[in-house]
Amino acid sequence: MTAATVTADERVAHVGVLRRVLLKPEFGALIGAVVIFVFFAAQSDVFRSMAGAANWLDVSSTLGLMAVPVALLMIGGHFDLSAGVQTGTAGLATGIMTTYWGLQLYASWAVSLALMLVIGFINGFLVTRTGLPSFIITLGMFLGLQGLNLGLTKQVTNTVQVENLDLVPGYHSLFNILGSTFTLGHAKFQIAIIWWIGFTVVASWLLLKTRFGNWIFATGGEPNASKNVGVPTDRTTISLFMMTSAMAWFVGNTQIVRSGTIQAQVGIGQELYFIVAAVIGGCLLTGGYGSAIGASLGALIFGMTQVGIINVNWNSDWFKLFVGVMLLLAVLANQYVRRFAENVRR
Amino acid sequence: MTDIEVNEVTEPGTDVPLLEIRDITKTFGSVISLFEISTTVRAGQVTCVLGDNGAGKSTFIKVLSGVHQPDHGQLLVDGKTARFNTPRDALDAGIATVFQDLAMVPLMAIWRNFFLGSEPTKGWGPFKRFDAATAKKITRKEMADMGIDIRDPDQPVGTLSGGERQSVAIARAVHFGARLLILDEPTSALGVKQAGVVLKYIVQARDRGLGVIFITHNPHHAYPVGDRFLLLKRGRSLGDFAKSEISLPELTRLMAGGAELEQLAHELERESGETSDLGRELLQDTETLG
Repeated sequence: MTAATVTADERVAHVGVLRRVLLKPEFGALIGAVVIFVFFAAQSDVFRSMAGAANWLDVSSTLGLMAVPVALLMIGGHFDLSAGVQTGTAGLATGIMTTYWGLQLYASWAVSLALMLVIGFINGFLVTRTGLPSFIITLGMFLGLQGLNLGLTKQVTNTVQVENLDLVPGYHSLFNILGSTFTLGHAKFQIAIIWWIGFTVVASWLLLKTRFGNWIFATGGEPNASKNVGVPTDRTTISLFMMTSAMAWFVGNTQIVRSGTIQAQVGIGQELYFIVAAVIGGCLLTGGYGSAIGASLGALIFGMTQVGIINVNWNSDWFKLFVGVMLLLAVLANQYVRRFAENVRR
Repeated sequence: MTDIEVNEVTEPGTDVPLLEIRDITKTFGSVISLFEISTTVRAGQVTCVLGDNGAGKSTFIKVLSGVHQPDHGQLLVDGKTARFNTPRDALDAGIATVFQDLAMVPLMAIWRNFFLGSEPTKGWGPFKRFDAATAKKITRKEMADMGIDIRDPDQPVGTLSGGERQSVAIARAVHFGARLLILDEPTSALGVKQAGVVLKYIVQARDRGLGVIFITHNPHHAYPVGDRFLLLKRGRSLGDFAKSEISLPELTRLMAGGAELEQLAHELERESGETSDLGRELLQDTETLG
């Protein structure tokens, strides 16, 4: 009996390791990131220098910060098309409240967070209550916020931007948190890169090591079955939308704090790139499968390519073609994995 | 809980049925879904509920699992009257239902599915986490107790065969305190071999002292494992038999409704001529069954 068990366990160890690595959702993105790094680093010494790294990591982090909660939301079975425009809403809110309405900076920062959490709650509430696809609900939110951002900004400022946050008292301490840089090997790296890595680790821990993480996978994978065994699927969905909005608050405020200025159209169109990064990172469009680290690797692929194409003096028009090909390859790979995982033997 | 006298006063611990169902009636509007159904389930025994589509099997399960409340009649758990207002009440009484869809997420690992909704945690405050090591260990052990050596608890449930999935659902119900398992058509979607595997698990659960209610429309699956047979037809009981009181041919005949089957056999033969194997077989069957 014991002998038999031991043999069985050994077999698991042998077959398991390779299979397990191959089946990790972020595996494809990891390979992709390595290939792209080697490709550009071999051709451009700017790309492989510390300053170059600081550059492509900066681009990656801006995208990656949002791609991580968007990936969790996708694993939970939903999209948020308003994620991009929400970053603009958050930054504009902080800017208008401080520079035009005279509210203290940290107070506006907090009010801006509250506002974003309300927006996230509305998204989640409508999706769970109506049962409509999140695609259509958040498309409505996207259009609505786009109009609000532009309309309110124009009404308050008579321009399409909010400026002069850098003249507000308390700006420098907030700048240190969100917009400062640190030096590594004579190159200046944005603090946002640290935040990005930190949030990726936290999100990955949340997803893989907590009850809530189990509920995210379950809610996205098979909502009815999950409900039957007592998973609070509605609460999970609403929490995920609120987390996405909270991150939009963080990213939007980072943007306005860095330069002191924010445009009313900021973030529009970015929502698709968040989703692309999550999909390249192994998230299934149908939910129930994916990884936070994968989404960050997807964002890294994005950032490296965007900067790398410029570094090797190619026409940057080719960038979108590359993104499209990457996306298709990723979706095909994911499809294969899903079929493999769901292959039923009767 | 007890608003009536306990009728069967026996020595404690012996022979009181785990669950006794007395004259249960359930109507929806003017439709009588169940009419005066009675049977018993004892620990370490399998009670089979047989019936064709529309016989009232689903309503019967839902009454026992607390989804519906009966209009008349009583449920007695351990000889005491019980009332299940919610599925939770039934679970608290140790009655667990394994539904056809099994309530599992195909893309998730076995151990994650096993504890879905009831995850063990360790740690404190914001560092409270899903105790994966314990979950994997318990999953492996519970599955081994069912006689299944799972190759790898990290495997997604979707890669398991239909029979193996049933076994995970059963093992899960047992782990979370079930004394009585209600299995809703566990063999209906399975091939011959896999159905045999599931029947083996039913026997295994029985031998561990659980009461089992096995819902099926296949007498060939029910007879080998059952100790008691309740036959339903259009919401009414065709009888509640102990195994000694009924043989497999009788059970099959009752199920199929002997005369109707004979008629069908003749029709099939007329339509497809002398070569109809199915018709000839059916006719032979009905002849041997009398």
